[in-house]
Parts: sequence; C-alpha cells; structure tokens
Amino acid sequence: MNALLDLRVIWYGLVGVLLTGYAILDGFDLGVGALHLFTKKDEHRRLMLNSIGPVWDGNEVWLVTGGGALFAAFPEVYATVFSGFYSAFILLLFGLIFRAVAIEFRSKLPMRWWRQMWDGSFAVASVVSSLLMGIAFGNVVWGIPLDEQREFVGTFLGLLNPFALLVGVTTVALFTMHGAIYVVLKTEGELQDMVRGWVNNTIIFFVICYGITTMATLVYLPHMSRHIMDYPVFFLVGLLTMLAIANIPRAIHHGRNFQAFLSSGAAMAGLMLLAAIGMFPFLVMARPNPWLGLTLYNAASSLKTLLVMLIIAAIGVPLVLAYTFSIYYIFRGKVKLDTMSY
Amino acid sequence: MDPVLLSRIQFGLTISFHYIFPPLSIGLGMILVLMEALYLKTRNSLYQQMTRFWVRIFGLTFALGVATGVVMEFQFGTNWATYSRFVGDVFGSALAAEGIFAFFLESGFLAILLFGWDKVSPRVHMLSTIMVALGAHFSAIWIVVADSWMQTPAGFHVVQAALRPRAEITDFWAMVFNPSSVIRLAHTIVGAWQTGAFFVLSVSAYYLLRRRHQEFARASMNIGLSVAIVASLGSLVTGHSSGLVVSQYQPAKLAAMEGHFPASAPAGMYLFGWVNEDEQRVIGVSVPGMLSLLTHGDASSPVTGLNAFPPEDRPPVNPVFQAFHAMVGIGMILIGLSLLGAILWWWGTLFEARWLLWMYVFAVLGPQAANQLGWFTAEVGRQPWIVYGLMRTTEGVSRSVSAGQVLTSLLFFGLIYLLLFGLFIYLLDQKIRHGPAADDLEVAYHRK
Repeated sequence: MNALLDLRVIWYGLVGVLLTGYAILDGFDLGVGALHLFTKKDEHRRLMLNSIGPVWDGNEVWLVTGGGALFAAFPEVYATVFSGFYSAFILLLFGLIFRAVAIEFRSKLPMRWWRQMWDGSFAVASVVSSLLMGIAFGNVVWGIPLDEQREFVGTFLGLLNPFALLVGVTTVALFTMHGAIYVVLKTEGELQDMVRGWVNNTIIFFVICYGITTMATLVYLPHMSRHIMDYPVFFLVGLLTMLAIANIPRAIHHGRNFQAFLSSGAAMAGLMLLAAIGMFPFLVMARPNPWLGLTLYNAASSLKTLLVMLIIAAIGVPLVLAYTFSIYYIFRGKVKLDTMSY
Repeated sequence: MDPVLLSRIQFGLTISFHYIFPPLSIGLGMILVLMEALYLKTRNSLYQQMTRFWVRIFGLTFALGVATGVVMEFQFGTNWATYSRFVGDVFGSALAAEGIFAFFLESGFLAILLFGWDKVSPRVHMLSTIMVALGAHFSAIWIVVADSWMQTPAGFHVVQAALRPRAEITDFWAMVFNPSSVIRLAHTIVGAWQTGAFFVLSVSAYYLLRRRHQEFARASMNIGLSVAIVASLGSLVTGHSSGLVVSQYQPAKLAAMEGHFPASAPAGMYLFGWVNEDEQRVIGVSVPGMLSLLTHGDASSPVTGLNAFPPEDRPPVNPVFQAFHAMVGIGMILIGLSLLGAILWWWGTLFEARWLLWMYVFAVLGPQAANQLGWFTAEVGRQPWIVYGLMRTTEGVSRSVSAGQVLTSLLFFGLIYLLLFGLFIYLLDQKIRHGPAADDLEVAYHRK
C-alpha cells in the first residue's frame, strides 16, 4: 500500500487524469471535425461548428496543461517522447493549428470556395490529429527503441507499425463516436435526426476496432494484462468499461442522449485506466530492450517538485473544474445561430 | 546544416510570430475591462457597442494566439530535449502552472465573452471580461518567470538523478522570484498594454480620418490614449530598472547592448551606432559617461565590458546593440506621440489634427516592433547560454532529431505562418472596414 502514497505514483495518476480529461473533452470536438464533411448543408455545418464553438479551445487547454504537467513531473518522458516522435508531433501541431484557424476563419467570408477550403481543413486536420495521437499512444504501449541515455533510436516509419496504426484508427473511431453523440445532444430537428442515424454506425466501427485492439494486446503484449491477472479486482474496470460501451446504443435508442454521452466518456476513462494499470509502473515501454523503458521511478522529477506541483494542482484543479462546469452549464441546451456565431 | 542553428531559427520564428498575439490579448483585454466597466457605470450604449466591436477583434487575435501557442509548449520537448531533461524539474512547473492558472481561465471565460451576451447578465459578462484579462496577465506572469529563470537562475541545485545530473528545485519561491522576474514581468506587461492601446488608437484614428463612426472613434481614442500615455511612460521606467538588473546579473549582455569592450572602464550610451566586432569599435553618437551614470549613479564609474569575458562566453554584439537601440528609439517616439496626443486633447484639437491621426494609424506597428526587438535583445543577449552560466545553447538541443527533420519542419512553419499572417491581416482589415455594427447600439443583448 505504501507505493500508493508515493508522490510519483500520485503524479502517474494525475497525468493520466489530465490526458483522460483531454480525451473526453477534446475527443468530442475532434470527432465533430471527423463528421464535418458528411453534412452537406452550410447551415448544418455551421450548427456543428457552433456546437463546439464556445468550448473547443478550453478543451485543447487540457492537452497543453497535460504536456506541461508531463514536462514538470516526468521530464525524461516529455523529452524522450517529444523529440523521438519529432516528425509525428510536428505534424500533429500543424493539424491543431489548421483546426483552430479553420473554426475561426470559415464563416468569416461567404464565398463557397472559402468555406469549402476551411471545411476540408477542419475535417482533415481533426482526423489526422486524432490518428497521430492514437499512433503516439500505441507506440508508447507497444515499446519504442531507446538507448542507454533514453534517447529514441528508431525512425519515423518505425512508428507506423501495425499495432500503433491500429490504436490510431481505434482512436479516430472512438472520437468519431463520441463526437456524433455530442452532436445529437446539442442539435435538434433535421440535423439531429441525420446524425442520430450515424451514431450506430460509429458505434459498430468503434466496437470492431476496440475488439481487434484488445485481441492484439492480449496476444502480442501479455505484460499489459499481467496486473489485471494478479489483482482480479481490476477485472471490474474492464467489466464496467464494457457495460459503459454497451449502454451507448441502449441510451440512444431510448432518446437519453446525455446518458449516452456520459457512457461514452466513462468508456474512455475506463480504457485509459486499463492502459494505465497495464503499463504500471512504466510510462514508456522500450523494445527490444524492455529494461530501458521509462518508469515513474527513473523518469520523475524530485519529490520536492512533485510536492510543489501537487499543491499547485490542489489549488488549480478545483478552480478549473468549477469554470469548466459553469461554462458547460451556461451553454447547455441546443445550439442556435446568431450574429456572434462562427 | 547545423541542427542547433536550425532549432534556434525555428524557435525564434515560432516565438516571434506567436508574440504578435499575446500582447494584443493582454492589452486589449485590459482595455475591454475599462470599456465594459464604463458601460455598466454609465449605461451609455455607445460603450456597449465599443465593447462588442473590440471583443470581435480580440476573438480573432486570441484564436491565432492559441493556434501558435500550442507549438511553443511542445517545442521544448521536440527540439530542446536535452535542455528539458536538465531543467524539467525547475522550469516545467512554471509552464504547468501557466496552463492550470492562466489558460483555463482565459479560454473558459472567453466563451462567455464572445458567445454569452444573451446567456448571462451584464454583471456576469463583466466578470468574464475581467477573468479573461486576468488570465492573459497570469499567462504572462508564468512564462516570464520561466524565461527569467533562464536569465537569472535561482532556487535550485544540480544533483545526480536516476539517469543523469540535472537541476532540481530547492526553493520554489526563490525560483519564481528570481532576481529578474518581477521587473521583466512589469516591462513585458506595460509593453503589452502599449500594444493594445496603440492598436485602438490606430483603428480609431483611421475612422476619424475617414469620417466614419466618429462618436465611436472619439470615445475609443480617449481610452486608447489614456492607456498609451501610462504604458509608454511605464515602459521607460520599467525598462530602466530592467537594465539595472541586467547590469548586475548579466554584465556581458549589458556590454553587448552598448558595444562596450574594455574590461573595466567608464562607459557612454549611444544614441545610434554600428559595432565593428573585429576592431572592437563602435561608430556612432554617444553621450559620454551615461551608461556609468545610469548603472552606478556616477559618470566616471567603470562598467564591466566584453573583454572581461572569454570570447566563448560573449553574446553576438552588433545584433544585440542594434535591436536594443531600435527598441529604445521606438519607445521614445511612442512616448512623444502619446504626450503630443495628450496636449492636443487638452487643447481640444486632437480629433482634427489629421497629421497626428495619420501617425497614429501607422504607430500600431511601433509597439509590435519594440516588443520583438526587446525580446531579441533579451534572448540573443543571453547567448551563448540557454540557462545563463549553467548550460550552453549548443548542449540543450535534442540528440535524436536530425538537421533534415528540423529543416523540413522549419520550412513548413515558415509557409504556414506566412499564410496565417496574410489571412490574419486580411480578416482584421475586413472587420475594421466593416466597423462597429449599428444594431450593437440598439439591441439589448443581455438576458433580462
């Protein structure tokens, strides 16, 4: 039990919480981006954009803060992964830049070519960003080639291994499903009916990807299920995750859109928790030499810094949650277009 | 090509482009608080119209600030991994604090500022404006703290960690309040206010010259001019104090700023000049003894010069000299322009003084240029160190990243930022030409 009181373990958990918060929140607006081109009417596209309009940049702050927390709590992980995945992360940055400006610029001018150009940028950037985040996550789980100094010694093409690509596609599927549920929740009428019809397809797409990923993990990465075998209580996490996923089509069928959205968020949290349990105490797996991996023991900052950071988090996180809930509360209900809309 | 040089160029390019936007968010944020407070106090709908117009401009600059800001957070890891491993324990916490205390506040309440007019009461909207402005200022606090730690590191020790030696925090508050952070923060903030103020002045002057939206323009100009005067004089005061801290903690940087070579001799201050680094000579016009006077209060006191440092510890001299002098020159012009405006305003002829209004239209570039030149002086003057006296810039670069990778990303950043800059100027121009919306005066937006 002592291990749980260790500040490094706490920060392992907190970085996980930040990344989970990011996945749940930015996940739906990335998913809305992936669905954007499937709607054809300008009004529908504007409604979709404005459903995420007030919240998307706040959602992206979870990524920035997650990155900052990783830098502060596990600088070796931040340095190894960000420099090792250089080209992939630069591409991700371009994706995030184009997404941000596409949302801002799209509705500023009425020309058809202008809007189509930014619609395309928004959709492609959203899918590419989700895919790259999934690929990065997949590599960290699969294991990357590291030397004694914990420098990445692989190649960009090496990052595109089948397992990482599978996790990438699964991430796109998950975010698309999450985004579709969000659109159903925030819209009404014709657009809502249309997107509701897509939700089941996105669920099927996700469940297939999820099944294959789970299978591949069990077969090729036996260490990922070791802790779950050792402590059967963790089976409960897996079970609850499956129940959450199973509840999504059920809730949509009964018209309980908010419940469906919560279930989808809970499923994401469950998946992240399962990954964290499987990886523990590793943050980055190494391959072919597993002992060169980065763990929360060799990659963490000093206990002094972790304590300072914990105090900062104890002050900051309640504030952040308070604003986040207030903003979502103020912008609750169906999205409407007005003169200030995108 | 050299990966260190390419990574430096890329960092310089991305931070310079990014830094067009944050000072506008800070300065305009503060001005928006004033405008909306005036509206709540007077209930004059002109102030509501002003707030709504400037909020639209604010939204555009904020979006570009976010888009280009994420890049900065990633780049320490992508291009400066060895630096990140060495300083993460100290430097990382300031960045994480920025995320948690500033970015969430800013981005959360921005939603209400932009889209919440009919969803909340006027008081809650005012509160949101204050929160966004505060968030922008908090962001400046933490990032300037982080950067000042690189200039004047304090509150840490270097110890052997699990994988390698690194800097670790010994005293968090000594790290935060390192010798240069407070004064550099003050100088950065007033520079940002100046940026926002001259932006408002420029647009207002343009409307007055075009005889459009005149009532709106006069009221905006009154606010812009008041902030411009305070901020321009504030820049002078904080700039001087900041120079004193540089003279005490980074003497090589100060010597480069004035092209002062003798190891220890009284030094003058150049109005302008050109440094010949090989001959250790400056050609220009100087006030003898001025640097000695400003730093030690005595025109004959010796000032440490570049020759007191081994050649490998000296920053590039002429670029730092030119950037510093251009910044000071622009600062003086901006003080002159704002005081001139104040005098004409007092005489009651400001809004008819077309020659001055034309100068205001272009003066928007002044604070932007001064901001860039100031940061250039600070960061190039810090060279060859990435953390002053502790780690060299050449040692900080990522080892697993090749020059080819950096060159490719640099080219793409260049192209994408060029595109974004063009679009930003185009859309800004559209918004300014469109002007304040007439119905912003009439419609009661707030929830009853």
